[in-house]
Amino acid sequence: MSAAPSQKDAHIAALGAVMAGRDDVWCLDSDVGGYRTTLGERFPDRYRDFGIAEATMIGAAGGLAATGQMPFAHSLAGFAAVRAFEQLKLDVVAPGLPVRVVATHSGLSAGHYGSSHHVCEDVAALRALPGLTVLTPADAVSTGLLVAALVDHPGPAYLRLGRKAVPSVYPRDAVLRIGEAVRLAPGDDVTVLASGPVPVQVALAAHRALAADGVGAGVLDVHTVAPLDTAAVVDAAVRSRLLVTVEDHSTVGGLGSAVAETVAELAPCRVVRAGVASPPAGGVGGHEELLSRVGVSAASLATTIRGALARR
Amino acid sequence: MSRSHLAPPTCPDTVALAAAVREQVLQMACGPEGAHVGGALSSADILACLYGGILRVDPRAPAAPDRDRFVLSKGHAAVGLYAVLALRGFFPVAELAGFGRDGSRLTGHPPWELPGVDFATGSLGHGLAVGLGFALAAQRAGTDQRTVVLLGDGEQQEGSVWEAAAAAGRMASPGLLAITDCNGLQINGTVPDGDADRIAARWAACGWRTEIVDGHDHAALREALRGPDAGPRAVVARTVKGKGVRFMQGQARSHHVRLTEALHSRALRQLTAGR
Repeated sequence: MSAAPSQKDAHIAALGAVMAGRDDVWCLDSDVGGYRTTLGERFPDRYRDFGIAEATMIGAAGGLAATGQMPFAHSLAGFAAVRAFEQLKLDVVAPGLPVRVVATHSGLSAGHYGSSHHVCEDVAALRALPGLTVLTPADAVSTGLLVAALVDHPGPAYLRLGRKAVPSVYPRDAVLRIGEAVRLAPGDDVTVLASGPVPVQVALAAHRALAADGVGAGVLDVHTVAPLDTAAVVDAAVRSRLLVTVEDHSTVGGLGSAVAETVAELAPCRVVRAGVASPPAGGVGGHEELLSRVGVSAASLATTIRGALARR
Repeated sequence: MSRSHLAPPTCPDTVALAAAVREQVLQMACGPEGAHVGGALSSADILACLYGGILRVDPRAPAAPDRDRFVLSKGHAAVGLYAVLALRGFFPVAELAGFGRDGSRLTGHPPWELPGVDFATGSLGHGLAVGLGFALAAQRAGTDQRTVVLLGDGEQQEGSVWEAAAAAGRMASPGLLAITDCNGLQINGTVPDGDADRIAARWAACGWRTEIVDGHDHAALREALRGPDAGPRAVVARTVKGKGVRFMQGQARSHHVRLTEALHSRALRQLTAGR
């Protein structure tokens, strides 16, 4: 497991391949490390480090994209999506420019860094920007596949990554399409819709735990939160008695909200949301530890699902 | 370095163009919503010089890839930009009558839809970073295209201006010109840190070649705004808010005005008398 690359490493490898094949793709940096020594050295004429100036980087990405270029702009989730939100809204998303914002340290993945680096509101904010594609890949392989797919994807996009290496979910030859959720495990008593590295792992572990009890918990990897794969959500709502969402993000405004909005309009079904309802207490914790404190763990999820199914 | 195939338009009389811009600004201020008049009048001479003989743009091909770019970072001065674009043929002058009216393209701040608008603006502190992006694209493409960003002095209270100024200075970005319309006034009164020397010192400290000019002297403006720029360059233009209309000049109240018919006539008479 520890041999798996981080999502950032996978992204750098995929973006390197993209930049080698396409002359209009840029790597913009905001002093976050890892990019200058790789893509910066390999493609110096299409690499710029703006320093610790995320709003400027996003605004400049808008200017570059308005001339026909495709910049990938790199930062941490809090700085790219929250600090530079207005630049993203006005200078990138409103004009529909093909800027790709790549943000690591999303959710609680910054772990022991503490609350200043925990970012559980970015998807909620960004989902409200019409036309922005929001991607939350579950592992390194799917990160690389989505980066490759982004090159032919119209409009702006936000790629939400974690910090450390996570176990692989997908084989190298997997096929992923932006906007299409992937069924990772069968089961129709309940469908668990998960997004992001730890949530997908948690969902798969809960699937195994519940299978031992004879409960069929299907698992969908919703790697594209916006636009949501409404067909997959409606299908899950029709075939399951219960939908459970799991995300490394606030329970307000993220995947859980997106799923609830969709089924409320198209296929009413009970939805239980697991996520970061409030910041984790208890001081220092690693990524999985912090998530488990707010109820995002396989054990909590299995308990929640058993209880919710019993209530029906 | 490849050269833009476009030549700057030659307007024989930029002073007359600026006067026509001011007239149109006053007319638009008679509309249902009024207009940001003060800053449009203070920057009218700068706009007239830019569109009269500096920027290589073509109203018949407003999206020509090798055009020079202009970003009105002080987007509330939109009426000035609309006037100069219309007068230079980017869209019919008659369209200006729609400013602020339902269904018009002419919103209070420059929109994406309008020919000649290279980037929509309005939220202060965004334009310089966008301009830096334009300049980086031109630098890498090896063209001599220029990017001109017009900022307000009050706008420079936004920290994002200095973030972008420092980044452009570090990158020594060629072809980037930032003009400050230094009229010294904002809504609540005097721009507290709006002294031209002080503003120029800040740009210089960020690594920009900097000069101060009289923002109403066309000969001085033409000289200062001319390219090419080997690195980022800042021109701080000393201007007068409400310039040209005596009862508005130097008045913070001129920032946003709706003119009655009587006030409009008075303003036009003062404009003509001042020529």
